Amino acid sequence: MSSRRVVITGLGVVSPNGVGIPDFLHSIQNGVSGIEFIPQYEELRFNCQVGASPDFEWEQLRNYITETCLYGLKSKAIGYGIVAALDAWKDAGNDIVGAETHWETGCVFGSSVADTEMIKNAITRVDAKESKKLGSRVVEQIMNSGITAYISGRLGLGNRVISSSSACATGTQAIIMGYEYIKHGLAKRMVVGSSEYVDAYIFGAFDSMRVLSRNFNDQPHKASRPMSISAGGFVPGSGAGALVLEDLEFALARNATIYAELLGASHNSGGQRDGGTMTAPSSQGVVRCIREALEDANTSAQEIDLVSGHLTATSADKLEIQNWVEALGRKGADFPLVNSLKSMIGHCLSAAGSIETVAAVLQIKHQFVHPNINLEDPNPEIIDLISEANLPVKIVNRDINIVAKANFGFGDINACLIISKFNNHGQKDSIS
Amino acid sequence: MDRKTVLVELKNVVAPYTENKEMLDSITEDTDLIKDLKINSANIVDIIIDAESKYNIEIDFDSAEKMHKVGSCIDVIINKMNQPA
Repeated sequence: MSSRRVVITGLGVVSPNGVGIPDFLHSIQNGVSGIEFIPQYEELRFNCQVGASPDFEWEQLRNYITETCLYGLKSKAIGYGIVAALDAWKDAGNDIVGAETHWETGCVFGSSVADTEMIKNAITRVDAKESKKLGSRVVEQIMNSGITAYISGRLGLGNRVISSSSACATGTQAIIMGYEYIKHGLAKRMVVGSSEYVDAYIFGAFDSMRVLSRNFNDQPHKASRPMSISAGGFVPGSGAGALVLEDLEFALARNATIYAELLGASHNSGGQRDGGTMTAPSSQGVVRCIREALEDANTSAQEIDLVSGHLTATSADKLEIQNWVEALGRKGADFPLVNSLKSMIGHCLSAAGSIETVAAVLQIKHQFVHPNINLEDPNPEIIDLISEANLPVKIVNRDINIVAKANFGFGDINACLIISKFNNHGQKDSIS
Repeated sequence: MDRKTVLVELKNVVAPYTENKEMLDSITEDTDLIKDLKINSANIVDIIIDAESKYNIEIDFDSAEKMHKVGSCIDVIINKMNQPA
């Protein structure tokens, strides 16, 4: 079967530590935290009282959608998704408004839940016997496909338009689905990504699972501590990330600027067997997923320069590192550099994969490795596996050719990308 | 309330739902909400909800179906306002 090369030509991001690529790039280079104390969470008596939200000006949406569309739009997840996706589209050199349908371009955009504040509004009205007052704009904002519908409608996308969901693997998986459609010749271009708005209801449900950071409520910037011995849970975050993926020939034909190549990818499930459960990944599934991604990329583990981990700052970090060691067959000083963006922006759930992939692409484009903040006290068991020198706490400027990026989600879902610096002379992946 | 007053007020009710602000300034009773003002047909229900709230009336399904042109909207609104609550 003929196989197409897939390149990344556009990026957009709405992150707790930066809205728009320039701000975000500055923040990840300088280790800027987007985590804050949330007074409402104290009032609600949550254990974890810190969170991460983008500094998002709602009115800026006027630059993205029509006034009539903005009037009545309330879902924050949809707002974030629109800005990330349309920024990526513009970044790829395209105009937002056009009369034609782009039959060759589709969209896979994910989210973990529809906007629960919107759902609460519907519940409150209906229970008060005021359903008549809900109006025409509620359904489109509480349907799971809401974000995708807004994005594809605004851009006129006519290929596959899919709304996906796989918990914390959502963003990475959405990128992989877009990649697969282009690779197999089913689409020329895909707008891919994910968006998350964590409100008090979602936050509360995680808080009740006792998996959130609770010992740093008075030091919010220190609250997310992946791979540290004092890591006591993750910090939920909100935001969105988006990429434009493109068939290499299609991109070259329109003289697009190419950020990087998506060399290969895999997504699978451990089947919730062999240690895999609803909430924990089976090591066998993770190792298989990473190895399949390398195989798909026709890349050896030895070529990996950077591992952009899932690494949420729970007890699962050590297991994740163990899985990477087994999958790559590298350990100690020979292991690649490792970082976790979650140290700065917390865990943006469904949006984690897309925001972190935008960060991975920027690290390739600008040839650096962003720091792991809050790693004053790395977990000794992790150091034993991959050595402290591979866990940068300050920015590292060096050649970064290939990044392995993975995320893992509830339901034992794994997703791994192999992203490479773009080299038009390399024909290794042109036919398989 | 006379028809001219309702027409002027209707401009404000309809304004958020049309991109065609120039035509909105010059609407007459003959202006069609969907064909002329290019209002999304799904948004007619929002205009009905806003009109119900503004005039403290209830617009039933049969009346709502008549609300295509500005003139027929005015008919329905004045008719409902004259009905005892």
